[in-house]
Amino acid sequence: MEIPRHWRLKKQRYSLQGEICPHCEGKIFPPRDVCPHCGNDARTTFTFSGRGKVYSFTHVTEAPAGFEETAPYTVALVQLEEGPVVTAQLTDVEADEVEIGMPVEMVTRKIRSDGNERGIIIYGYKFRPVLDGAR
Amino acid sequence: MREVVIAGIGQTRVGELWDISLRSLAYQAIKAARRDANGLMPDALYVGNYLAIVTSHQSNLGTLLADNAGLTGVEAFTCEAGQASGGAAFQMGFMAVASGYVDAALVVGVEKYTDAIGSEQEAALAISMDADYEAMVGLTLAGQAGLLMQRYLHQYGAPRSAFGAFPVLAHANAVNNPFAMYRRAIDQQTYEKAEPVADPLNLYDQASYADGAAAVLLTTPEKAQEAGIRHPLVRVRGSAGVIDTLALHDRPDPLAFDAARYAVQRACEMGGVLPGEVDLFEMDDAFSIYAVLGLEAAGFAERGEGWRLGQNGDLRLNGRLPILTMGGSKGRGNPLGAAGVYQIVEAAQQLRGEAGANQVTGARMALTLNLGGPASSAFAHVLEKR
Repeated sequence: MEIPRHWRLKKQRYSLQGEICPHCEGKIFPPRDVCPHCGNDARTTFTFSGRGKVYSFTHVTEAPAGFEETAPYTVALVQLEEGPVVTAQLTDVEADEVEIGMPVEMVTRKIRSDGNERGIIIYGYKFRPVLDGAR
Repeated sequence: MREVVIAGIGQTRVGELWDISLRSLAYQAIKAARRDANGLMPDALYVGNYLAIVTSHQSNLGTLLADNAGLTGVEAFTCEAGQASGGAAFQMGFMAVASGYVDAALVVGVEKYTDAIGSEQEAALAISMDADYEAMVGLTLAGQAGLLMQRYLHQYGAPRSAFGAFPVLAHANAVNNPFAMYRRAIDQQTYEKAEPVADPLNLYDQASYADGAAAVLLTTPEKAQEAGIRHPLVRVRGSAGVIDTLALHDRPDPLAFDAARYAVQRACEMGGVLPGEVDLFEMDDAFSIYAVLGLEAAGFAERGEGWRLGQNGDLRLNGRLPILTMGGSKGRGNPLGAAGVYQIVEAAQQLRGEAGANQVTGARMALTLNLGGPASSAFAHVLEKR
């Protein structure tokens, strides 16, 4: 169990905290040390809205350790409305209802359980279809 | 730079080799390559490996494998670039001889995948992805390929069934390769009935991960002559390694496989050849979609058109551009960090005229392309019969 790593990533996992480049205003998620748009240092935090669209998706049948209980599950590349693309599981949707271009929004869910016996549960972002009339 | 030739090649059978250890597997390939090079003594050993640190709980393979092979006092270490580790190790060997740093370098690619079992295997494979932002949400290597295939089908409207041409071709070519994992042909119907792994990707779109080791001994033409080697020598004309973003989601155009594009371009520029001049292309078919994207990136097809090459016989042994001539990763088996060295060995077999029933007639020049992940890293080499 990698406690320091999970602790370090909590702002990204719970609130999609990325960066905005102070030089070119490019929005960045996941955070990077160097802005991919202009090459300058990127350090200013920016919280993403959590709304986006499915760019592509796949239904994973053969899961790695820690994800066996959840399989099969759908992983998508979600293009956030601010630009960056994030890899995340989709939730609250039937596999055959997913399509490219579908509007989705971030929710916080259980991602995986700890492989050992201490029972630590890792939470983080998943995306679900935007609910009609929700906003 | 000095001219560099392949003086010896060796490989083991690829498969689930439960009864042989990491070190002994590597030694079989090393022994075969050294024998093929008339016993020429290497000054260095460069190892291509991806998973031993997880599957076998073993690091410092350079020392372990050189020590076990009785190569005391040589320089030895691992070159790691995920599934492109074999290509990286070969480039290191090439550079060491070309620069004059050593006169003879041994390169061995080895993978002992079956030392892990069950879901431990998928978890081990996941270490080449972005651990914080890909593996952590449950993405797998097959999942990455599934994401690309889904997008490809959507963006270009290619027929889903067209991807079957690649595993069908790979299996057909593996029938005559005594080192291959699957020496049996499959047909399109079998392909279409296969279980999904990372839908739309199915079981036959994915090369089976396996154990295996392959080795080459690199030296100068003068040293090879002194050693009294009688078989034809293969010259390394070009070598290039290029990276893309590690995570798929960080690419503006994930279907572009830019690292593969630039690696092929630079290796060909170094060799003073055009990709179209090669007689065969040992490319990466870890997933059928990667074969399609690799063909497009290397410039053999327009974007969105790579799947068409599989439809008209162009890629067969007697076609315009033979690929996967000994079965590729799909037919031969995918020994991961060793796959890049297998490609070199198989290309050398072709150029030496030793490919048996799979011999590409008159083969003089070959291109190889070894990918780490979805072309997160790429190594390309141009080889020529001397």
